[in-house]
Amino acid sequence: MHEYSIVSALIDRVEAEARAHGATAVQRIRVRIGELAGIEPELFVSAYDLVSERSLCHGAALEVHAEEAQWLCPRCRHEIVPGEILRCPRCQVPAELVAGGDIMLEQIEMEVP
Amino acid sequence: MCETCGCGDPAIVPVEIHEKILAGNDRTAQHNREHFAEHGVLAVNLMGSPGAGKTAVLEATATAFGAGARLAAISGDLATHNDAERLRAAGIPSVPITTGSACHLDAELVHRALHEIEWRSLDYLFVENVGNLVCPAVYDLGQAVNVVALSVTEGEDKPLKYPVMFRKADLVLLTKVDLLPHLDIRVEAIADALARVMPQPRLFEVSARSGQGLDRWAGWLAEQRTRMTRTAA
Repeated sequence: MHEYSIVSALIDRVEAEARAHGATAVQRIRVRIGELAGIEPELFVSAYDLVSERSLCHGAALEVHAEEAQWLCPRCRHEIVPGEILRCPRCQVPAELVAGGDIMLEQIEMEVP
Repeated sequence: MCETCGCGDPAIVPVEIHEKILAGNDRTAQHNREHFAEHGVLAVNLMGSPGAGKTAVLEATATAFGAGARLAAISGDLATHNDAERLRAAGIPSVPITTGSACHLDAELVHRALHEIEWRSLDYLFVENVGNLVCPAVYDLGQAVNVVALSVTEGEDKPLKYPVMFRKADLVLLTKVDLLPHLDIRVEAIADALARVMPQPRLFEVSARSGQGLDRWAGWLAEQRTRMTRTAA
């Protein structure tokens, strides 16, 4: 259950950004969770509800976008479907993960007086 | 202020960030990595389930290297110092990190542990992560290589069930292979599962008990260290 520590890092980052902009409240936070980021979106959301309570993010909507994993051949861009051997059948080189590996903070909507 | 009608309501400002949530951890990890490279220390993040044989592999590694290399370890453990004590008994200077309820180590915990160990003169620093196949994979510690210990008793499909960790592995140590004659486990099936989650699958069969595969493992570590010092130079 590392979702709590990730949410704490998220909230620290959002609060720092909000302070830098002189915001009085945060309205919405948009994050992107990759399929292979190792984060369970549902746990992430429930951790957020709990941890955000005592922060500037209290009441802010958390918008989570799930991103599917995508593996491509780095040479010919052939797509390797998840579940297949992660090697390009044509070029015989290891596939490369081009999407779905990270958890990103994308955007914050804040109230600025 | 809302500039559309001058009503006095605060304006809603969208701020684009597009940054990894763990960017702070990644910066500390990079700092650790630079320290290690500068001093020619190969840092190995050793992960795996509880009971996969991580500590046993390290004990056997000390034997495999003998006096030929300077090793030390940082051991993450939820509640005890048992792993660190076992490693010390095997001749590996070791610092425990008791994580309490945390299921993983992070770059800051490793950085703090470095203050308690003579790490600059080492050849290899092993970070024995908390036994867990999920959480440790998410945190960069500043390691040069990720190694996952997977024991033969864990089943053939473990890599498919925990793709996040195996994707990040540079090497998988299939441990306890001395038990294979007693099990209905096919190594080829494990290798096949691995190739579906790990782009450059590398699987070494080892047994801390019989010593099988330990020379190959020690040789691989030495190779990684040479490669790192060459890149740093």
